[in-house]
Amino acid sequence: MYTQALNARDASDERSEDAALLAAFQARVDAEEKIEPNDWMPEAYRKTLVRQISQHAHSEIVGMLPEGNWITRAPTLKRKAALLAKVQDEGGHGLYLYSAAETLGVSREELTEQLLSSKAKYSSIFNYPTLTWADIGAIGWLVDGAAIMNQIPLCRCSFGPYSRAMIRVCKEESFHQRQGYELLLEMCRSSEEQKEMVQDALNRWWWPSLMMFGPSDTDSKHSAQSMAWKIKRFTNDELRQKFVDATVPQAHYLGLTLPDPDLKFNEDTGHWEYGEIDWEEFARVVAGNGPCNRERLAARRKAFDEGAWVREAALAYAEKRRNRREAARIAAE
Amino acid sequence: MTEKNTPLWEVFIRSRTGMAHRHCGSVHAADEEMALQAARDVYTRRGEGVSIWVVPSSAIVASDPSEKDVMFEPTASKIYRHPTFYEIPEEVGNM
Repeated sequence: MYTQALNARDASDERSEDAALLAAFQARVDAEEKIEPNDWMPEAYRKTLVRQISQHAHSEIVGMLPEGNWITRAPTLKRKAALLAKVQDEGGHGLYLYSAAETLGVSREELTEQLLSSKAKYSSIFNYPTLTWADIGAIGWLVDGAAIMNQIPLCRCSFGPYSRAMIRVCKEESFHQRQGYELLLEMCRSSEEQKEMVQDALNRWWWPSLMMFGPSDTDSKHSAQSMAWKIKRFTNDELRQKFVDATVPQAHYLGLTLPDPDLKFNEDTGHWEYGEIDWEEFARVVAGNGPCNRERLAARRKAFDEGAWVREAALAYAEKRRNRREAARIAAE
Repeated sequence: MTEKNTPLWEVFIRSRTGMAHRHCGSVHAADEEMALQAARDVYTRRGEGVSIWVVPSSAIVASDPSEKDVMFEPTASKIYRHPTFYEIPEEVGNM
């Protein structure tokens, strides 16, 4: 999902750690005990979590950009207020997640630097453009829908701070999906032209939404270890299937056609079977060559650079006040 | 980056009058005033609180999880600290 790029194993993690400690750690995980930041943990567990949580955080932050694009152009005050609140939530979710990652011993500054220098990834979905107002609805319905599917099992993740952050995020995110679907429903009911806009948005967002769940299980090298550590509870393909099963009937309710000629319901399994995902497109976007990768990073770098004087001024002011208080205390003694 | 790191603060929120403040997360901020404002924006967007405390993270002293047994085990054997340890005849009624 937000960690689509976690597929290269790090050989340096394979070094031997105390077998007894490893066994005790796995026993705690198996007993569904939560692991807390100061507990002993295998180095690979720590590294995987830092990467996963920080990529998740970066995704929330970069995810503000495609939607922020439409705040000033929302069609009504109600929609504008909802979109503002949603984008603010995404910023908040990024902050909960950065805090959770920092408990593992990495600083906020390092994490920010990793995003801005492209060392860290974020979800491929945010590299697609928002061309019409219907895209805002499609993001809420599909992108937040897929995110919720992924985040609900993460509420039971073995790492305490990540699991607690996910519980907060899930509580808040339900409104994101509902406002998106409601917005699309209103458009579909109002005129043929608006319904066509929604169909066009679905055509563009459907496949990238399925890609959010990451490589298929046969190609996902990290899955088995993450499952054993109870960081992940379901495989990429399991979550993708849940999403398809939940979403197809919602599309039909809107009167839309999914852009997949191979999509069909299997009466025996009770699942919707979907066509082949374009994994080459996925690899291209993850590698930095999607429609908006450069634009997104440029926007984050600009915000960071142009905010530098604010951060410096705030720290200088805090220091000045600290010094004044200190001087007053000495003078009073 | 030439900047200094922005300090970390732990955030505690009282959800309703009469409840204790509970730890809910952390924020980065240059000073206490900005920490309070950031905590409000990050942790109380839906009326989650009526009061916020922010404390510099560096001021928190924590027990060592690896010494958990030494620290807390002695209480496990002191079952006489619990009301159910004492037998009161039923005729006496609820006590």
